[in-house]
Amino acid sequence: MAEITLKSLAHTYLADPGSPEDYAIREMNHVWHQGGAYALLGPSGCGKSTLLNIISGLLEPSSGDVLFDGERVNALPPEARNIAQVFQFPVIYDTMTVYDNLAFPLRNVKTPEARVHERVMEVADVLELTTKLKRKAKNLTADEKQKVSMGRGLVRDDVSAILFDEPLTVIDPQLKWKLRRKLKEIHQRFAITMVYVTHDQLEASTFADRIAVMYEGQVVQFGTPRELFETPNHTFVGYFIGSPGMNFLDVALRDGRVMAGDTALAVGQGMRRAIDGARSSNVKLGIRPEFIEVHETPVEGGMEASVEHAQDLGTYSIVYLKLGDTALKARIEEDQPTPTGRAYLRFPDDRLGLYVDEYRVEIDHD
Amino acid sequence: MTKVQNNRAWWLILPMLLLVAFSAIIPLMTVVNYSVQDVFDANTRFFTGTEWFREMLNDPALQAAVLRQFAFSLTVLAIEVPLGIGIALLMPRKGWQASAVLILVTMPLLIPWNVVGSIWQIFTRGDIGLMGWSLRELGYGYSITASPVDAWATIILMDVWHWTPLIALLCYSGLRSIPDAYYQAARIDRASRWAVFRYIQLPKLTNVLVIGVLLRFMHSFMIYAEPFVLTGGGPGSSTTFLSQSLTTMAIGQQDLGPSAAFSLIYFLIILLVSWVFYTAIMNMQKDKQEGEA
Repeated sequence: MAEITLKSLAHTYLADPGSPEDYAIREMNHVWHQGGAYALLGPSGCGKSTLLNIISGLLEPSSGDVLFDGERVNALPPEARNIAQVFQFPVIYDTMTVYDNLAFPLRNVKTPEARVHERVMEVADVLELTTKLKRKAKNLTADEKQKVSMGRGLVRDDVSAILFDEPLTVIDPQLKWKLRRKLKEIHQRFAITMVYVTHDQLEASTFADRIAVMYEGQVVQFGTPRELFETPNHTFVGYFIGSPGMNFLDVALRDGRVMAGDTALAVGQGMRRAIDGARSSNVKLGIRPEFIEVHETPVEGGMEASVEHAQDLGTYSIVYLKLGDTALKARIEEDQPTPTGRAYLRFPDDRLGLYVDEYRVEIDHD
Repeated sequence: MTKVQNNRAWWLILPMLLLVAFSAIIPLMTVVNYSVQDVFDANTRFFTGTEWFREMLNDPALQAAVLRQFAFSLTVLAIEVPLGIGIALLMPRKGWQASAVLILVTMPLLIPWNVVGSIWQIFTRGDIGLMGWSLRELGYGYSITASPVDAWATIILMDVWHWTPLIALLCYSGLRSIPDAYYQAARIDRASRWAVFRYIQLPKLTNVLVIGVLLRFMHSFMIYAEPFVLTGGGPGSSTTFLSQSLTTMAIGQQDLGPSAAFSLIYFLIILLVSWVFYTAIMNMQKDKQEGEA
């Protein structure tokens, strides 16, 4: 049981790093609380696996500290950290039976056989592997193998956290939800800190209470799935979370009007003041496709846009729009009419986010 | 559905049949032909039936050669397999060191058999050979022409030097194919170095080792050029292996009948041992599968 703290942590694979781009992990501070279910979400190459390997001790960070319950563990090897890790591809010991596989981590530290048996039976029960215990692990299906890998982490009493490195990559889609539910169940039962690395937002939000979104070696936002959706902290979170991602419009204040290219936008006073106060030329407005109001006929405060095409996805459709020069996507529920040719858009003030230099700026709506 | 009967397709296997006939069946049948006859000259021959076979099987010199051959093959296998695995485990995994070591290890494999014999013949000479001279300087009366023990030890050493690299290379490739995650998982499971070898590395090496052991058995059982050049089969007949006995009989004495019978017996021994070995390994895996059900 442990709280994992990352203090001014940074890592680079280069011997002589110069610019921030040379870092796989840029300097960060982060705390994983005891017993939490966390996801580390990000695109390939954003540094999430590197971060996981630093926590488990397979990698030593170039600078900063990893603390377990306040104690510095930077130099401790994985075997001394009481951490379990489940890898992308199931790792099982081919020649051993499922039972021996599960017993392996305990036998390695000379646990009495009676205790080993007790733990293995308990874990096998949770993972529904009891009927398979006598089989050679080699002959199991991929999801069963992955359960064995997980089980090896669970049998240990001393495990303070289990780290998952995209564990469902090789699992059939119809089994994924089953294993995810199992993970959730295990988390509730054993109250172990779990950190789950994935690039799949659905996986992250079904598993985790809180998600850390990583981008270019940094955690750009750490929050609940709802927070990530409604108030993305960074334009990347906006793009990455949601399907399709958030719309962003480059805006500037000209003659007292908020302009996106040559189109004037109807926005509230608070937003206008905030844009006025921005000390940067990189100013964007962000709105989720779900929150754009699309009307077939002119409405008050509506901005005229052309409809490029629409994609019917069954229960909803995605409409591709052009507002001046800016491409936008809007999501329309099936009970609403899909406009053709022209459409009139409204951006609800409370759904509009302001991003200065890619980071969200809170504004007072009036 | 009507099935078209067209037996002309049989002609398609004719080229393969011809190839196999000329490369294997006809030569083999020639040997079989010789083995059941006593040939005096082009026009005079007698049918002897199984006489040559009985004679060969009862020949004490040949029986001794067979035993010697088995002793030799089993000894080199017992040394080369563990040593090859050990070398493969110690070889660096990446960087220029890996390439350098790989080339060094492969070197002996590139040397022709009789050249290996010549190299060792010179190497072991008491007057100019590094090993022979050194051992004598150290006070050991080393001589492969006088002492059967020295001759044996030297031939085994030579074979180990020549062929351990093959096992090492096979194992190295087997080890390289193990994903890093296995080693990482083992560290997290707090496995000892021995457990990593026993439960990760060795199981992954099983397949290459089957190939390695079969190749090395067949190879060593047919060894000819190296001992022929190094010791000429001596001292006495202490290092006369089967192939050399056969050559002496067939080429030296022109005893075509007995040597043909002997060749067939020799061939059958290799076939039998390889088959037994292969079946045993396959059965071991089959038993495992039954155990899993």
